Amino acid sequence: MARTNAARRLTLDARSKVPVDSKSGEIATNLDRLLHDRMRLGIVSALAAGDERSFTDLKEALHATDGNLSVHARKLEEAGYVACNKTFAGRTPRTDYRLTASGRRAFEKYLDHMDALIKAARRV
Amino acid sequence: MSGPEPLAGRAADNLRYIRQAMERSATFTSIPGAGGAVMGVVALAAAYVAANQPSPERWLATWLAAAAIAAAVGFIAMARKARRIGVTLTGGSARRFALGMAAPFVAGAAITYELWTVGHYTVMAPAWLLLYGTGVLTGGIFSVPVVRAIGVCFMALGVAAIVTPPAWGNAWLALGFGGLQVVFGIYIARYHGG
Repeated sequence: MARTNAARRLTLDARSKVPVDSKSGEIATNLDRLLHDRMRLGIVSALAAGDERSFTDLKEALHATDGNLSVHARKLEEAGYVACNKTFAGRTPRTDYRLTASGRRAFEKYLDHMDALIKAARRV
Repeated sequence: MSGPEPLAGRAADNLRYIRQAMERSATFTSIPGAGGAVMGVVALAAAYVAANQPSPERWLATWLAAAAIAAAVGFIAMARKARRIGVTLTGGSARRFALGMAAPFVAGAAITYELWTVGHYTVMAPAWLLLYGTGVLTGGIFSVPVVRAIGVCFMALGVAAIVTPPAWGNAWLALGFGGLQVVFGIYIARYHGG
């Protein structure tokens, strides 16, 4: 329940910034706002490219800071898009992330939206 | 008011960003585990056959034939794994992996040719182990850490082959191309997706 509320709150927060357009406005508003953030989109993309990525791998791939990455990864985790696995490699804690099935679906949907936006512009 | 053009521009920009993030994140993950184990079995068979050859020329021919079979197995397994996990074998990480691996392999082939012309067969086993290990290690820089560990193990066996009697060469090859590949192949299949 808490997870659903967190996800809904995120969606509502983001909706206030939705660009509205007369022609492709509908597509724009249907966008997954959770993924419309650069860092979150980057995390999901990086995870979509392979099976599992450690926190460090993601940080390197996205040129992110620890704080920024963990905040956004947490949001994706709360939304159920990303699963995280904390282990110890010797004494060093290690966090591995992977995309969940629903995260992958959301990512694919987001790609379709981008595709539709580009196609809509070509028709004008 | 943003029109469709800026929106589409941003969409295109997003797609570029996604592509970049995927590429950067994609360490080369198409290392075939099960395929590697099969390559190991090929090598074990080759080691047995090669040890029973009457001449060093035929010993070399046996290993070369096994290498060709193992390379084909490895490549097919790699392509299948790449397709299964939805990555390409032409992307940045795959290219870097291939380049890192290919350079020592070419050196190995050239050195083998020269050793064959001068008839120094006993140098071949350590040279192969060392250079194969180097290739796996350098290629492994663009892959998961266990691949680098495989490279180091091969190199260690190469050094062992140098400091032990030349007659042991075939056994070191069996241990490396056979044993290491089977063990790590199973490990990769188990922990790195097939």
